[in-house]
Formats: sequence, structure tokens, C-alpha cells
Amino acid sequence: MGLIYALVAIGYNIVYNVTEIINFAQGEFVMLGGLFAVFFAGTLHLPILITFFAAVAVAGLFGFAMERFVIRNARSTSVMSLTIITLAVSIMLKGTAMLWWGKDPYSLSSFTAGGPILLGGAAIQRQALWVLGVSMLVVFCLTVFFRRSIYGKAMLACADNPSAARMTGIPVRQMVLFSFVMSAAIGAAAGVVITPISLMEYDRGALLGLKGFGAAVLGGLGQFHGALAAGAILGLSEAFCAGYLSSGYKDAVALIMLLLTLFFKPEGLFGSKEAAKLKKF
Amino acid sequence: MTETTQISTPPILDLHDISMQFGGITALKGLSYAVPPGIIQAVIGPNGAGKTTLFHCISGLHQPTSGQVLFEGRQISRQPPHRVAGAGISRTFQHVALFKEMTVLENIMVGRHCRTHSGFWATGLRFPGMRSEEKRIREMALSHLEFVGLSDTARLHAGTLPLGKQKILEIARALATDPRLVLLDEPAGGLNMRETEELGELIQRICRSGITVMLVEHDMNLVMEVSDLVLVLHYGEFLAAGSPNEIKDRPEVIEAYLGEA
Amino acid sequence: MNRKDWGIFLGTVLLIGVFPWMVKPFKAVSHYIDVMVFAGIFSLISIGLSMLMGYGGQISLAQAAFFGIGAYSSGILTTHFGLNPWAVMPVGILLAAVVAWLLGIPALRLKGHYLAMATLGFGVIVHIVLNEEVKWTGGPSGMADIPGLAIAGRKLTSEIAYYYLVWTAVFLVLLFCFHVLHSRIGRGLRAIHEEETAAEAMGVPTARLKVQVFVLSAVFAALAGSLYTHYVNCLTPGSFNLMWSIRFMLMVMVGGMQSLWGALLGTVLMTFVGNEWLQVFADFEVLVYGAILLMVVLFLPKGLVSVIAQGFSSHKARPSLSDGSS
Repeated sequence: MGLIYALVAIGYNIVYNVTEIINFAQGEFVMLGGLFAVFFAGTLHLPILITFFAAVAVAGLFGFAMERFVIRNARSTSVMSLTIITLAVSIMLKGTAMLWWGKDPYSLSSFTAGGPILLGGAAIQRQALWVLGVSMLVVFCLTVFFRRSIYGKAMLACADNPSAARMTGIPVRQMVLFSFVMSAAIGAAAGVVITPISLMEYDRGALLGLKGFGAAVLGGLGQFHGALAAGAILGLSEAFCAGYLSSGYKDAVALIMLLLTLFFKPEGLFGSKEAAKLKKF
Repeated sequence: MTETTQISTPPILDLHDISMQFGGITALKGLSYAVPPGIIQAVIGPNGAGKTTLFHCISGLHQPTSGQVLFEGRQISRQPPHRVAGAGISRTFQHVALFKEMTVLENIMVGRHCRTHSGFWATGLRFPGMRSEEKRIREMALSHLEFVGLSDTARLHAGTLPLGKQKILEIARALATDPRLVLLDEPAGGLNMRETEELGELIQRICRSGITVMLVEHDMNLVMEVSDLVLVLHYGEFLAAGSPNEIKDRPEVIEAYLGEA
Repeated sequence: MNRKDWGIFLGTVLLIGVFPWMVKPFKAVSHYIDVMVFAGIFSLISIGLSMLMGYGGQISLAQAAFFGIGAYSSGILTTHFGLNPWAVMPVGILLAAVVAWLLGIPALRLKGHYLAMATLGFGVIVHIVLNEEVKWTGGPSGMADIPGLAIAGRKLTSEIAYYYLVWTAVFLVLLFCFHVLHSRIGRGLRAIHEEETAAEAMGVPTARLKVQVFVLSAVFAALAGSLYTHYVNCLTPGSFNLMWSIRFMLMVMVGGMQSLWGALLGTVLMTFVGNEWLQVFADFEVLVYGAILLMVVLFLPKGLVSVIAQGFSSHKARPSLSDGSS
């Protein structure tokens, strides 16, 4: 579960890295991914691999639409307005999902059939391994992309100084668009992968989004490996507390950690204090 | 312009070995200087010399990485800006930080904040003490407006004033806090010759009323005209100090400016 | 307060006062009064939020949480302990104030998105607590049989009585806020909103004021909560979740963030809309709210009040000043 948070966190990081915006709708992309996968697999009976990519693609489309039609047209780009805008979009996505799928939770069959694998005394669900695999793959690809490729570095430049980036010929608008699409896709991937384990319903977006944000902040906003570590920490803490507290409170754990991090160590575990001061907190 | 040397009176502002670092950049390095009270002190230097950073350190916007700022003998380097204002230091900003949606008079009235104290309860329930306080605030703001010569603009929105008047308004707002030291950051920026002359007169009037003025300026005529003492910074370090006449002929000062161009 | 604001104030008081009698001839009269009671209760919240957002410049998605704190405090203390509802109200308010203060001090150091997230997180945590502490709150199914209010021994059972009670509270709060806005505090808040650094340099204790406004908004929300509890006589955590915080924000934004009248207008409007259309459009509600919020932010950032004010100013040939600030 922690890995899911990590993936969501990465989605936040991408958009933040390129635009310095926090996209409230990030959690909803996860939800969309899961539910669309259900649609593709359950209703259209597509094989699992195609379902995965289809759901991811659809979510990517939503990300595209969001940036293209909404964010770009924001007249007063004050921080408060942008926050409310992403919030509004996330609600709209949730509302649409509710209309389409109703309020029930849906399930997806595991990617690979078979019972849990026994590993050193612990029973691990096969799907959990898929979660691990997909997350690792995503992180790996992203790290390579942002560190090595010109395209990736260009995206980072956009966040740092959009005007300078523009002047050096980097198509800022496209970068922003791409970042939204990417983060939507990643969120969706997380959604698809987790649905076989813990179901998916229209409502899950908000909480997932919040916890993912917690992971993002804890790991240091903008740091991918930090997101991974933070996601793991959050997931583990949650699982740990689930043993002691009721299930409702387990949700609160991640949130409390989010608040504490924001209050006392906003640069997260891996960010630097100075970098945090330079960013607009 | 006077050339008196104040030796006996203690300095109003004492900078002890101020250093300011931002990540890899050192904006100020080991700056020490004492400003005598009751004069007009100019701070000049080529761009990037750290002048505005110095003002930020004095007014509390930045905490110097090391060193101390003493105001009237008291440490203020670790105080938040609103306390520095309460202690008696006020300032203007390079880019005119007026409250554009508020009226001219309201802008000045904000300056009175640190000298008044009605809280939420007092204002919400309109205690009589609060009402008389409001009246006094308004009166004082009007008198400051008159002092700078902008009385006829009281009801206009600050954002609608031309730049020259905006700069003057910002000074009036700074004066409203009853400072003993006021920091003016490039007040002549964007002003034409006539406006700069009037600014010079205003600065001198401020000094005559007992307030020490520190002035960051690029307009050398103005600096020569009104300053009593000049401090020259270069790359965040102390370069030279003295009366304007002494400074302007110093080879290292000339080189610093010409070398930059 | 200038004459224009007084005019609007008295006019509104008159309108609200007369409203029940105006609606009497029509059959659904009870129904509308009921809606207006809720509108009044929500107005308390949105006025506080307007102070926070429009003048303090801070976002808060935690208003429903404070609403809930006030509501449940009243509910718990009157049902589990049998205390007098009036005596209990200050407790809920005080609790909300303390929590807001404790939360506000670290939280209001954050800006924009981060503050929003922090308040959002806090709101969700409170919601979880309300759901989990079944022993005290009755959990997801909530509490019932909460006593109503009584004045001088006579129980307030009719909607009309509650109507006048709630709206009296609204007008008192409105008066309080107008006084604050037209004073050094109000100027300080507006200064913070426009140029925070300069405000601080002029001696305005920005951090302290922001927390104080936050606490104020929490206090009003808690007051609303108590009134709500004794009106509906039952509580469920579902009335205090994130969606509600968003609804309150919507009410403020639709009317106009920078105007207390805007908050009032937006609240009344959205309450009626929510009530009337809820029957028909229940499933669409979330989507519609999101869409409205989006439209408002994109196309009408100053809310309906700005449209109205522009309408008036085109009659007079003077530059228009925005409501609530002179």
C-alpha cells in the first residue's frame, strides 16, 4: 500500500517539478485508473495487459483535458485560485465517476492467477508483487527520463524559471501539458494495480490523494526517490497501526504524519532546507 | 548638508560584522559600520553590492547569517519585522509596496498599527477607547499626508496615483510608524528631475524633524546634495565611508563603479 | 461604517424580518422558512470564512470540522451529561477556538496549496474521529434525540422562532465583523492580503493576525454548529465532511470573497439551490458543485457581488468601491 502512496506522490512531484502547482486532482486519477480498468476488463472483457494500458491512456487523456482546457485558461493565476481550480476539477471528476459507476466498490481480478506466494513465513499476494514491480519500473523510468534525457531536464527547467526556459526555446506549454498527462497516467497505473487487492470506488480519490500528498511532502517535494521512501514509510506505519487501532484511525495516521511534516519539516526527509526556503511555502 | 563629525553621541545604528549568505551566494561579508544619529546616511555601490540586502537585514526581513545589528544599543538582528518597526525603524521598498486597493489615507493609517493596540474584541464591539483611538489614527495620518504634501489625494485608491506620488506616499506611510530611523530604498527610482528635487527637500525636512535617514540611491546628484555621510559597498563588503566630498574622489570608489560598467 | 453599508444592513434586516410574513400566503411557507434557517446557520460559517479568505487571504478547508466540533460538543454534553444547551454552547466555541489556535500557529506559516492541504487533512482527521468514537458520538449513525433550545423556560419548537434566533445571531456577527473591518485590524488584514512583507515592515504582526482571524472563523463555525444541533436534534458525521467544507467555500466564492454581503448572498443562494434541486439532481450534485466552483474561479473571481456593484456604479458616475471596505 505504501507503494501506491509513493506512486501518487510521484505524480504530485512531476506536476510540481514542472509547474510548482499542487494538483489536487491527483488522487482522482488513481480512482479513474482503477474504475476504467474495471470497465475495460469487466464490461469489455479485454485481456489484462491491454486493460492496464487502456486505463492508463484514458487517464492520461483526462490529464490532458484538465491542463488544456482548465489550467491554461485560468485568468488570475493567484495561488489561491489555482488551488481552488484543481480542487474543483477533482470534485468534478469524482462527481462524474459517481454518475457513471454509482457508489459501489468494484473489483478487478488479479493480474496473475494463483494463491499467495509464501516468502520466508509471510504470505504475499501475487498482486502485491505486481504493485511492487510496476512501481519500481515507473520510478526507474522516470529517474532515467528526468536525469538523463534532454526532454526530462527541459521539464525541470520549466519549473525553475519558466521565462528563462521559454527563451531558450523550451516549449513550456507542452511541458506543462505533458507533465499533467504523465502524472495522470502514473496515478492511473497505481489505481489499476491496486484495485485487485483493495477494490476501487468513486470516493477513494480524496483520501488517496491526501495520503499521496503526505508521501510527497514527507519525501521532499520534487524528489522521486524520496517519494518512494516516504511512501514506504507511510504504508508501513499504517499497517503497523492497523494492528493497534481501528481501521478508521489507520487512515488518520498518514494524515497526522502529513500535518506534522508540513508543520515542522516542510522540506521532507530528502529535500534540503534551503531548497525549501526558495520554494514558495 | 553639514560636515559635522559626531563623536560623543552614541550611534543610532551599529552594524557588527554582518554577513548574509543565500545558499552559495554571499550577499554581505563582514560589514561593520556605525551610523550617527540625526543625519542623512547614504549607502551606495554598484548593482549587487548588497545594499538592499543590508536594508532587509536591518529591518528584519532577513536574519543575517552572522553578526549583529544594534539599534540604539539594543539587538534587533533576530527580531521579526513587525517588532523592528515597533522598536523605531521603518522603511520603504524598491518596488513600491503600497496597498494598491486601499485608499491613500488608509495606507498611512496602516502605519499607525504598531503604535495602537485595539484588538478584535475592542474593534468588534466598538469600545469607546477604540473609537477615540481610531480618531487619533485618522488625524495623525492626515497630518503625515500634509507633511509630505499629498493632502488632496486622501480618498483616492493608492494604485491610481502616478509613480512619483506613490513613492512619496510610501514615505508618508513609513513616517506614520513614528520611527527614529527610516530606511529609504531607491526613493528616486523612476522620478523625473523636478520630483527628485522635491524628494530631496522632503528628505531634508524629515531629517530636520529629528529622524535619522538611511538612503540607498543610484542618483548621485541626489546623494551628493542631501547626504551627510556616505557608505560605499562593493560585493557585499565595506569599501569606503566618509562625507560625500571625500568619497567621490576616492580612487577605489571610482574604480568600483567604472569597473562594473 | 459608512452610510452605504448601514443602508444595506438595515435593508437586509428588514427583508429578513419580514420574510416569514411575506411567504405566509403560500402553501409551502414552512418549507422556505426551514431553508432560511439553514441558510442563516451556514451564513455564520461563511461570514467567518469570508473574513479568513477575503480579508486574511488564507484558504481553509476545515470549516466543516469546526462546525462539527461545535455541533458535537453541544450534542454530547447535552445528551450524555444532560447539561443546559445554552450553558454548553460556549464550551464548544471555546474548544473550537483552542483547536483553531493550536492548529493555526504552525499551519498559517504555510502558504497556498500547503495550507489548503493542511486544513484539508485536519478536516478529514476530525471527520474520522467523529466516525470512530462510537461511544461518544454514536459513530456513523450519529446521535439522536438531542434537546432543543429554550428561552426563559419556553421551548423553541417552531421554525419561525428558530428563524429569528438564528438570523439575530447572523446580524450580530455581521455587525461585529463590519466593525472589525473598519478598524485598524481590518486595515491590517487587508494590508496582509495585499502586500504581506510591507505590512509586516509597517508593524503589522502578520502571523498573529492570521491566526486570530482563523480562530475567529472557527468560533463562528462552532456557534453555527451548536445552533444546528439543537435545531435538527440529531447529528451524523456525514454533515461535517470534506464536501461540506467545499460547499462553504463555494458559498463564499459565488457571492464574492471580498465582501461579507457576498458571503451572505452566496450562502442563501446556494442553500436554496442545494435544497430545491437536491431532490431532482441528487446524483449530479457533486459534479454540479465542482463545475460551479470552477466557473466562478475562472470567470467570476470576485463573485456575484462584483456584478451587482458594477450594475450600480454604471448609474452613478463615480469609481466604485468594493463592498465592505471604505
